[in-house]
Amino acid sequence: MSENLPFLVIAAPLFGALVASLVGWARPRYCYAIAMVSLAAGLTAAIALLVKVSGTVSGYEYRLGGWPPPIGIQHWVDPLSALILVVITAVAFLAVMSARANLQLELPGKERFVYPLMLLMVTGLSGMTLTGDAFNLYVLLEITSLSSYALVAIGRGRAAASCLNYIIMGTIGASFYLLGVGYLYLKTGSLNMIDLRQIMIAGDMHGSQTVITGFILITVGFWIKMGLYPLHGWLPNAYSFAPHAASNLMAPLMTKVSVYVSLRMMLSVFTPDFLAVHALWAQTALLVATIAIIAGSLIAYSQTDVKKLLCYLVVAEVGYMAGGMWLMNRAGITGTIYHIAADAFMTCCLFLGASGLIASTGSRHIRSFRGATRRMPWTFAAFLVGGLSMIGVPPTCGFFSKWFLIQGAIEGGAWHFVAALIFSSLINALIFFRIIELAYFKDVEHEDDVSHPPQVQRNEAPWGIRIPLFITSVVIVLLGVFSPRVINWIERFVDSVGVT
Amino acid sequence: MSDVLTFIISRFNYWIYIVLMMIGLYAMIAKRNYVKKFIGMSIFQTAIILFYVSTGVKSGATIPILEHGHDIGHAAAAINPDHYANPLPHVLMLTAIVVGVATLGVALAVVQKVHDQYETIEEPEILFKLGQE
Repeated sequence: MSENLPFLVIAAPLFGALVASLVGWARPRYCYAIAMVSLAAGLTAAIALLVKVSGTVSGYEYRLGGWPPPIGIQHWVDPLSALILVVITAVAFLAVMSARANLQLELPGKERFVYPLMLLMVTGLSGMTLTGDAFNLYVLLEITSLSSYALVAIGRGRAAASCLNYIIMGTIGASFYLLGVGYLYLKTGSLNMIDLRQIMIAGDMHGSQTVITGFILITVGFWIKMGLYPLHGWLPNAYSFAPHAASNLMAPLMTKVSVYVSLRMMLSVFTPDFLAVHALWAQTALLVATIAIIAGSLIAYSQTDVKKLLCYLVVAEVGYMAGGMWLMNRAGITGTIYHIAADAFMTCCLFLGASGLIASTGSRHIRSFRGATRRMPWTFAAFLVGGLSMIGVPPTCGFFSKWFLIQGAIEGGAWHFVAALIFSSLINALIFFRIIELAYFKDVEHEDDVSHPPQVQRNEAPWGIRIPLFITSVVIVLLGVFSPRVINWIERFVDSVGVT
Repeated sequence: MSDVLTFIISRFNYWIYIVLMMIGLYAMIAKRNYVKKFIGMSIFQTAIILFYVSTGVKSGATIPILEHGHDIGHAAAAINPDHYANPLPHVLMLTAIVVGVATLGVALAVVQKVHDQYETIEEPEILFKLGQE
């Protein structure tokens, strides 16, 4: 049983999707229970995997069907993939937990389509995290993308129209990746990631034009997939018009997993030595990331639609990670990996909070936060934990990731990146203090009548949204409080790939 | 001059895939009709499929099927790989074709949904109607 854990993590949501779509024909209301059970199984397997990896030196491999690599497909479990896997399954569990309440309000009667699609998406995301085969990764990437296209398009209003550009951009991104893998295959004759690295080192191919072209295609492909600023066009519309149930799952996970895969390619396939040779790339990538952070923050500040605002915050956060991984020093990479985990929970918390707000007020304008401290004190407090973490207030996890990123940027001499990180924190502070002001100081009615505080009706978000929201906000604080342990864990990986 | 021609001709499969890819990219960017855009997307993906397939080809090689392979048993060392096309890229592309078909299917289904909503599949008209909402 325990040696098959890397397969169970993927098989649980996949099997759940199959069962949910079959049962959904006859009994749609069972879909939620099936989804929760299969995700709980996936989360349990992922935690067991983390415990198992902690007992090994640098992880272990799992051979699908017993075929030895490079012929068979290999799953590679190391401290990094085990950590990201736990984050993915935990966030997915929380996001799907909130889906029931959201779907009842938004898309009643569509449960039997939404839950299987969500489970398929989680299957693809966990598979992308574990797989050690470059082509297998493409297939899992497309499984994830196809289910997310469908999840966006199932929404009402502008959802379908905003999905069209998402499909085009997403396909270009994935095709670039496929083409890049093709170039690597031409040169090395292998698709297994570890094999690719060994062949490239043994054959001294790091100077080869083919390998360089392949690397650039793969990097740009994932830049599109993660929504880095000039290539982010699809992200805000797709995520803000998608059904809340879907965007709670997609916004925290899709971009983070793309960042993770990009990092995996850079560190485990191409090695830091290869990247160190081409110093110009790091400079370019850091510049793009700096622009992404500044632009994302500024556009977010100008938004009045709550979900649009959060989407542009995601764009800025992607800049943090896309820049951090190119710092190529110990603190920078550690900060990036920690930020992948932290940002997944932060984004999840904010999107859950926003969907709770929209569920209870029916409006997505930022003005609907008015009087929120009296109308929905608990929902708002939990939402605010996510906001404070975005700003980077200790002891939330957002503080520690920013700390490491800034430390890495100073060590690497990337002062413009330091400036962008601090600028983005300030803008985030402005955004969230504006929301606090609206929530605390402005009432729904009687704005001027301070002497007679009106009787405000309690109007908290539904329990189905509030419970996952509370859990997420607690996790954000816990991740911050226990950050030394998490950082130690990440540094084990960073040291093993030879980043200094 | 003949050097340039040899350079082009000896790599003609790459030229063809790049031309096809650019046609697809052009359609995705410049066409206003969403069905045309998605057909462009399909051409873009097919170009990559052709690129992969062409890499497996060897001159004078045949299909990679061993006649009476089970009789040979472990005498596989006697097989000369130069006589057979490389099957791996072809097998990979079976999956990529399925992915391409699925993407196109989802895309056209979404176009249909958009058409139901806005009664047009022209990008400028959809944007105009969105602006009116």
